[in-house]
Amino acid sequence: MGIEFRDVGKTYPDGTVAVTGFSCTVPSHRTLALVGTSGSGKTTLMRMVNRMVEPTTGSVLIDGRDVRELDKVALRRSIGYVPQAGGLLPHRRVVDNVATVPVLTGTPRRAARDAALALLERVGIDPALGRRYPAQLSGGQQQRVAVARALAAEPNILLMDEPFGAVDPIVRRGLQDQLLQLQAELGKTIVLVTHDIDEAFRLGDEVVILRTGGIVAQTGTPKEIVAAPADEFVRDFIGADRAERALRTVDVDGRSVVVDGDGRPVGVLE
Amino acid sequence: MSWLDANRDYVLDMLLQHVRLSVPAIVISVLVAVVLGRVAWRWPRAGTVVLGSASLLYSVPALPLLIVIPVLLGIPLRSGLTLVVALAVYGTALLAGTAADAFGSVDARVREAAEAMGYSRAGLLWKVDLPLAVPVLLSGIRVVTVSTVSLVTIGALVGIPSLGNLLTDGFQRDIRAEIVTGVLGTMLLAVTLDALLVALGRVVTPWRAATPAGGAS
Amino acid sequence: MNLFGDALAWITDGAHWGGPGGIDHRVVQHLLVTFAAVALAAVLALPLGILIGHTGRGRLVVVALAGAVRAVPTLGLLTLLGLALGIGIQAPLIALVALAFPSLLAGAYAGIEAADRGAVDAARAVGMSEWQLVTRVEIPLGADVILGGIRAATLQVVATATLAAYISDTGLGRYLFSGLKSRQYDQMLAGALLVAALALVLDLTMAALQRASRPTTRKVPS
Repeated sequence: MGIEFRDVGKTYPDGTVAVTGFSCTVPSHRTLALVGTSGSGKTTLMRMVNRMVEPTTGSVLIDGRDVRELDKVALRRSIGYVPQAGGLLPHRRVVDNVATVPVLTGTPRRAARDAALALLERVGIDPALGRRYPAQLSGGQQQRVAVARALAAEPNILLMDEPFGAVDPIVRRGLQDQLLQLQAELGKTIVLVTHDIDEAFRLGDEVVILRTGGIVAQTGTPKEIVAAPADEFVRDFIGADRAERALRTVDVDGRSVVVDGDGRPVGVLE
Repeated sequence: MSWLDANRDYVLDMLLQHVRLSVPAIVISVLVAVVLGRVAWRWPRAGTVVLGSASLLYSVPALPLLIVIPVLLGIPLRSGLTLVVALAVYGTALLAGTAADAFGSVDARVREAAEAMGYSRAGLLWKVDLPLAVPVLLSGIRVVTVSTVSLVTIGALVGIPSLGNLLTDGFQRDIRAEIVTGVLGTMLLAVTLDALLVALGRVVTPWRAATPAGGAS
Repeated sequence: MNLFGDALAWITDGAHWGGPGGIDHRVVQHLLVTFAAVALAAVLALPLGILIGHTGRGRLVVVALAGAVRAVPTLGLLTLLGLALGIGIQAPLIALVALAFPSLLAGAYAGIEAADRGAVDAARAVGMSEWQLVTRVEIPLGADVILGGIRAATLQVVATATLAAYISDTGLGRYLFSGLKSRQYDQMLAGALLVAALALVLDLTMAALQRASRPTTRKVPS
């Protein structure tokens, strides 16, 4: 399982250019983070994978097959999707939200619900909350449910659209940890969209930084990008000049202590 | 009260006629308006035309409509069908805009997420859009119900029997108790149907009664 | 279908114009009754609605009451008043005032409530009195919605004024009822078409007025 963007572009009927000539391969079981400001085309790119957006040029391939050859609805059901905050179905109980896709694909409701309860537990939600409606959960809980829902049909691919954007930093951190742990166990192929560079670095094996109009500013592993920002735009975007990015070591009693740009100690070099 | 005691069967008969005329008109209004509202919401340009015509139709007074419809459709003036058609036209005109608003009230993020999960077009309509449109739709249906029940009375002016007969008959024979009975009976029917709609709304939208989460994010 | 031709012929027949029962006379009568009823109802409903919108008090009671009034069949009110007051214009006028009242009231308080709270707060902060606040900020900002209420009320009244002819010799409704009674269907249909046309023209005029009022609303300092 791998996803390949082959020279894709998207120009909307009103003339807005969202993406131009984008190529990239996401190997199986890896996480690609698309990061950029609004208008950078990152969401458009992600939505091409499940054909929520059709590219005007180029093609998207999954395991070497052009997604345009696949039935839209079947394709979408085979791909896990974690929407932004507020994407749960407000009129369905939490457990039925999680069971949505299995029920759509014909799993008996009873079995789908049982599986959904187990999944809720796995993402850290008390199965007793399954009887509630989404509005009765906190924002962080709702996003955990959204992750469980995306996993319910056991997809190989997960698309995540700013999944933790609307929760406060501490909750977001917990959700990110959870996702990393799940990913270590499940090894999905993930495309994650975010505007938060720290989230992209934390979750992405590979990070693509996009400029306005879907032009790639830099592609690489987080380490590569931090080590060698391609240009001023990337330096600025990743905050390379921020105190906490410019670390150095000082020698204290024979040990190497790492300090940040303001000279505050961060830790000890082992 | 003595008038009512003496004419119980007549009043009940007229009440039954009133129900027979108003309920089908309301049901037809809802069905047609939901379809029109969906079209108007889905294709806004066509929607402007549809909703514009609806509001134009609504500005045609009811009594003239009662007279024009039999001429247009070739049905007898004094038949109940005439009144049902007229009131259905009226109710549809009143409700179509609200129906379009109801579909517009569905959270776009929810629709998108549902589409991305793999709901088919029909699935999206029946399982997501329609249930979520119910609250706004219901507020419109309640208005149409009260208005329709009240309008049925004017059928009596052209000879279509309903509780409206108590109004015209009471006027011609100078029996105030009869008119009061007609007015109260009509209002009672409107209030009863309205209460039924509210109850139905509670049953089909259980998620709205659920208490929301506390301040935690 | 031929009946429409007959009705149009009836309308264009010169014999039906001029004089006390003529079409022109009845159109004017119909309009006068409509405007009188809306004006009377406005004098009562608008200040009350503005007061409710401004203070936020008594809203629930009034909403419930307006809803109940809407459920009253106008024909019932008309016939009851007709018996009490006798044949004449008073009974239909009062019934029409009652009909116009809820729409006007709802438009008034919704309009005031819809006025941008930030603008109202700012106006209070710069030292406007409550009276100035209502007349210079809330009413101009809510004008569109208030006019919408007046438009809805006018439409209801011009339509229902047709019923006035049931208990008094007033307005275009007369053609409907006398045509119905004497089985002169051309006259009846002509009456129906005239009322419909009058209502349409009036509603379109009001819509144009409402649109025309919008730019001025935006010029109000906020």
